[in-house]
Amino acid sequence: MEVTEAVAIDHGLKKEEFSKICELLNRTPNLTELAIFSAMWNEHCSYKSSRKHLKKMHTKGKQVIQGPGENAGVIDIGDDDAIVFKIESHNHPSFIEPYQGAATGVGGIMRDVFTMGARPIANLNSIHFGSPQHKKTRNLLRGVVKGIGGYGNCIGVPTIAGQTTFDESYNGNILVNAMTLGLVNKNKIFYSKAAGLDKPVIYVGSKTGRDGIHGASMASATFDDKIEEKKPTVQVGDPFTEKLLLEACLELMTDNSIIAIQDMGAAGLTSSSVEMASKGNLGIELNLSEVPCREEKMTPYEIMLSESQERMLIVLEKGKEEHAKKIFDKWNLDFAIIGKTTNSKKIELIFDNKKVAEIPIDLLAENAPIYDRPWKKTKLPQKLKFDKDEFKSLKLSDCLKKILSNSNISDKKWIWDQYDHTVMGDTIQKPGGDAGVVRVHGTNKAVAASVDSSALYCFSHPLTGGKQIVCESYRNLISVGAKPIAITNCLNFGNPEKEKNMGEFVECVEGITDASKYLDFPVVSGNVSFYNETKDKGIKPTPTIGGVGLISDYQQMLTMDFKTEGNLVYVIGKTDGHLDQSIFARELLNEKKGPPPTVNLFNEKNIGETVLDLSRKNLIVSCHDVSLGGILTALSKMCIKGKKGIKINSLKGLTNKYEYFFGEDQARYIVEIPKASLKKVNDILNKYSVHFDELGTVNGQSIIYKDDINLPIEELADAHKYWLKKYMDS
Amino acid sequence: MRSSVIIFPGSNCDRDMDVALKKFGFKNQMVWHNDQYIPKSDLIVLPGGFSYGDYLRCGSIASKSKIIKSVIDFANSGGLVLGICNGFQILTETGLLNGILQQNKFLNFICSNVYVKVKDKQNKYFKDLKKDVLELHIAHNEGNYFCSDDELKSLEDNNQIAVTYCGVDGTENEKTNPNGAIKNIAGIFNKNKNVLGMMPHPERMIDKYLSGEDGSLFFKNILDNFK
Repeated sequence: MEVTEAVAIDHGLKKEEFSKICELLNRTPNLTELAIFSAMWNEHCSYKSSRKHLKKMHTKGKQVIQGPGENAGVIDIGDDDAIVFKIESHNHPSFIEPYQGAATGVGGIMRDVFTMGARPIANLNSIHFGSPQHKKTRNLLRGVVKGIGGYGNCIGVPTIAGQTTFDESYNGNILVNAMTLGLVNKNKIFYSKAAGLDKPVIYVGSKTGRDGIHGASMASATFDDKIEEKKPTVQVGDPFTEKLLLEACLELMTDNSIIAIQDMGAAGLTSSSVEMASKGNLGIELNLSEVPCREEKMTPYEIMLSESQERMLIVLEKGKEEHAKKIFDKWNLDFAIIGKTTNSKKIELIFDNKKVAEIPIDLLAENAPIYDRPWKKTKLPQKLKFDKDEFKSLKLSDCLKKILSNSNISDKKWIWDQYDHTVMGDTIQKPGGDAGVVRVHGTNKAVAASVDSSALYCFSHPLTGGKQIVCESYRNLISVGAKPIAITNCLNFGNPEKEKNMGEFVECVEGITDASKYLDFPVVSGNVSFYNETKDKGIKPTPTIGGVGLISDYQQMLTMDFKTEGNLVYVIGKTDGHLDQSIFARELLNEKKGPPPTVNLFNEKNIGETVLDLSRKNLIVSCHDVSLGGILTALSKMCIKGKKGIKINSLKGLTNKYEYFFGEDQARYIVEIPKASLKKVNDILNKYSVHFDELGTVNGQSIIYKDDINLPIEELADAHKYWLKKYMDS
Repeated sequence: MRSSVIIFPGSNCDRDMDVALKKFGFKNQMVWHNDQYIPKSDLIVLPGGFSYGDYLRCGSIASKSKIIKSVIDFANSGGLVLGICNGFQILTETGLLNGILQQNKFLNFICSNVYVKVKDKQNKYFKDLKKDVLELHIAHNEGNYFCSDDELKSLEDNNQIAVTYCGVDGTENEKTNPNGAIKNIAGIFNKNKNVLGMMPHPERMIDKYLSGEDGSLFFKNILDNFK
């Protein structure tokens, strides 16, 4: 096929990009070369719209061993232990084919983690669907959950936490973000930078098939009516092979045979080989006739673009080939020597003894286009003036029940019952808490992790929203007694070629950066997913933050369930009663305007540290952060989980009970304090000068507030627990 | 007491089982599926997971693996063989245990704590166990036990039903049956009661920070009965 501008455009390249390629090469590329360019220069692989802004992120810290730029980030958790973690999107494929899309998303992120030598110890996910009323939602949700479970359960890695939301902006573009944490000895981390000349390049794992060709380009485009036709671009996962690959790689990693290793993810063999060579400032020569193929007569073009799963590329020390082959044979995996490192600084492809492509590496990596796209700032919306007389017709207990059964608040047990969350025998906080917690096997340490996003806040004011999610992640970790260490982010946005969407991205990143800097909560890995748009309708900006923290003695872990009758309950942090953008405003007043709650980073940090101090001194016995739905929603969850009620005090100086109970002000925690600890707790709260309210006492089997609320826990639980199950069964 | 845990490609509870056995004092070793012989053992464990990807049918390929002949010989000579979850599925595929494990009634994978009632204590696993109802944990997609009427009658007549799903107080009914298993069956013995297959995972319930501690009772009891 002759390569023309039209062919290039079919490959997702822009007209100008094609002319730039011809100019850089000083000739027209052949079809295979064009395919390689299109794979490397698309948004998904090149970060061409985002790179300029990502550079500003806060990525350094005392405990950071590896920041962004590798397969995953790495943090130090002491005693030579390190945690490798990353979150990644698999949005586009999951909408087209929910089971395989989600499954291979989980498979891909786990490979990123074990590529670095770490054994995966926990999975998390953040999944977002269209309105529950939309005809596709139920099936998409069912497929995605089955896919995530099908893959993770089979590998035997517990899924310990997650987040699920519904919003009509995802009707045509669901989001599936998967996160994995792995444990590694910090002196045995493997990287993707090739080194040394004439070193053998090894292909291991599954055979290469025709699945997933153009997957990365598909993920770099918006959707239209013909999206179903793109099904063949979705990869098909085989978790069994991945399990074998995991064990085989970790076995080979016990010695020094591997120089560099990279999984074949998006853009398969193309991006893995180019990245390894680029990082090592080397060339690479591949003989494609040696690549194990699943199907007959595959062309170099297909081999280079295939996104078949469960494959790895390794640069090996010379002389270690036999030793490595033995291990992969033992695990019944393909093993082939397909090339070598060279000093040409080019990627050179041989097929049937002929050279079929030759491209300087720097044209694919460093010279890939970078765009400074125009963007528009979002103005802070004006704060709403609620007509408080209107509230009076609403009964507090009815409001509470309605909020508890809201699709975004209600219990998600139907989902996480389908994920194996206990395999590996170290899960000490299951899904449904503020964060999932797993022990570091064989030690007293435990690692906490949480995934969070707040699309409504980010949509209303991206800068505040960006800050808020980082703070939310920070609070979730502190709520289980963990010291927050670092984050990974998955930045899901609409079309970057539109000023509004680009502006949302730029300002969310700015917000994330501000907060992570202030809280010393650096970003160590991440991924950007643009073009989440169907027929011109983009999603609400949805940056997802995956936070990781450390509990040095797992016996100090906190949970949110109320423990003992007679204990006192405090709200730490000040409640001003911010109702704009709250669930209360949406659900009961049908009011969607107004700014998100203000984020005060000083308060977040100071209050967070206060609560952490209380937990380290064993002065509190349960803890939960106050977020969506406000104080009363948070309290209800603590009651339901603990099967205990609370008698709420008559609060002095309360201006408006609706604002107080349902406002979504930030930097707040609810804690349960044994009477014997009360004096010490008060002293510490005073020492840090933080505001607190004496909210009530753990008592009986109901939530009671003056004459306004008298709700048995069972009634609350009914409202909270069954929405999703009923929805899925209907 | 010496134990061996067989690792099949795709097993994923092998380490958890190793940790549990060692915690309670078993001298445990791991055995690779491609080996022919099993080291001298008093107990062989087939762990949970997805042996051979559960392709074809859960447990079916593992039941034809190289090591399995030694397992069958060991069982036939009266040795204790314990299959948990996928291990139970493998045991039914080898014919050491009757019946089959179908997909769960509601077609979903279930990961959850369950209560099981110990139905027979005249065996080396549950003899003298202090409790009648244990809190254990299940995590499976194909745990819906089924067998023919004749097989069921024979299981009942010979007291081969080991554990059944029940409520906290021991009630067995449809509500306390998580997967649709016939007669709420969660685990069964062979005729000699030296081979036990069950879906729940005792190895995930071995300290109070996990889902519970009743798994400890199970392991300790096997050791006590061996002495």
